[in-house]
Amino acid sequence: MSRPHKIIDRMMPRQQTYWDARAAINFICVGAGGGLLFVTALASPAGDDLRPLLVLALALVGTGMTAVWFEIGRPLRAFNVYRNAATSWMTREAIIVLLLVVSAAAAIVFDLRAALAIAGLLGLAVAFAQGRILRAQKGIPAWRCSICVSMIVVSGLTEGAGLLSLAALYWPALLPFGILLAGLAGVRLLVWRNYVATLRRDGAPSGTLQAFAAIDRRFVWLGHALPMLLAVAGVVAGSSLLIALAGVLAAVAGGWFKYTLICRAGFTQGFALPQTPERGGGAAGAGIQPGWTRA
Amino acid sequence: MSKRYVMAIDLRRCVGCQTCTAACKSANATAPGVQWRRVLDQETGEFPDVRRTFLPVACMHCANPPCVEVCPTTATRRREDGLVTIDYDICIGCANCIMACPYDARSIEHQPRYAFGKAMTHEIARSSPERLSVATKCTFCQGRVDRAATTGQIPGVDPDVTPACVNSCISGAMHFGDVADPDSNVSQLLASSQHFRMHEELETDPSVFYIWGGSET
Repeated sequence: MSRPHKIIDRMMPRQQTYWDARAAINFICVGAGGGLLFVTALASPAGDDLRPLLVLALALVGTGMTAVWFEIGRPLRAFNVYRNAATSWMTREAIIVLLLVVSAAAAIVFDLRAALAIAGLLGLAVAFAQGRILRAQKGIPAWRCSICVSMIVVSGLTEGAGLLSLAALYWPALLPFGILLAGLAGVRLLVWRNYVATLRRDGAPSGTLQAFAAIDRRFVWLGHALPMLLAVAGVVAGSSLLIALAGVLAAVAGGWFKYTLICRAGFTQGFALPQTPERGGGAAGAGIQPGWTRA
Repeated sequence: MSKRYVMAIDLRRCVGCQTCTAACKSANATAPGVQWRRVLDQETGEFPDVRRTFLPVACMHCANPPCVEVCPTTATRRREDGLVTIDYDICIGCANCIMACPYDARSIEHQPRYAFGKAMTHEIARSSPERLSVATKCTFCQGRVDRAATTGQIPGVDPDVTPACVNSCISGAMHFGDVADPDSNVSQLLASSQHFRMHEELETDPSVFYIWGGSET
């Protein structure tokens, strides 16, 4: 695929273009699938046979991994991804996904509770690995921020809880898990606030802050406040419909955030000069870091 | 003590002519749009107090390279002499290293590109299919530097074993050498000048030094 012409003769940060919607789908689907596995493992003692949810979780993880397979330049060499478990979180994610698929498949086929518990923990682990993949990207200030890991993990769990809440339409016994959804959405809201505040305080490319500001209001109200309200109301009123609606909103909001993070807020570091050089007989000038905002 | 090859660039001397960019493209036959080395041009201040700064950038061949850490295939490695290399036969083109690099030094091209759309004879002769759909970047002219081991020449002193960009610099702004050797050209230069390295706060320990003050080189 040919890429648009890049303006590369300036020092300012620019939106990265090498990870596009396919990478975003990977973060959205694998995170949501991992989160769904984790909350399904939590919900399984409720008594219902929730194995269809495990199938859905595996389908999400599979979709995410397939999307990233389409993104890489040399897909026929994809198995080389397993060569650097020592330091690469991308390798670790691939290993975790492999183990996750095996354990979830065992839980589906043999209905093993132990396998489900392991799959649930691996679901949490894969969300963590995705956060660490972003954390390791020193070239993208919005991603290398340590709170980004928390944001990815808690968003994955919230998306999983959202999908579980949607399943309450079919399994009414899942209705009390609306409280879990409301709680996770509340935590995600706090982490989001902290994440953006940290970027503003420590400094970030202006484009990153603008991308987040563009979604902030709707993300907070439609992705958190409303789902929390609906989830609590649904539990109190015993309404699966309200819980399901809350779940859809929370899950979609998580996906929207991840798409924004990868495809809209992924600005590069850019370049900076601690001081501009002496020229002719003149003195050195003040330092510059174009395209950055600091509180 | 092992060698550590570094580059010292005197920003006071750089005139932004992009000869190093052209020399790099000539030496490495990179495709149109791909610049392993380029010179950034930044204007600052307000009239009449304005400045124009030229900043040659490329792979910084960091001693603590984030690209090596994140590479899932071990295609990107750091050699004993400090050069960060890519094994094109292993790389899967995942772009993880591109995101990890704070210096915007890497790129991936998925299709062959030619200056005038259709391939010319010399472009066909120098095409590198192994570099398609994998990460590529400045190599510090690895092949030239490695030749020094057999010829006995000194990188940074003898042009045959010195990166093409350094050889080409019309203003003598670019220097290359072994910073582990206190008598080398770059060690002497850095000892007598004021310099910085790009984004030191990120703890990548880059191997490119930018000279901005001190005694004239």
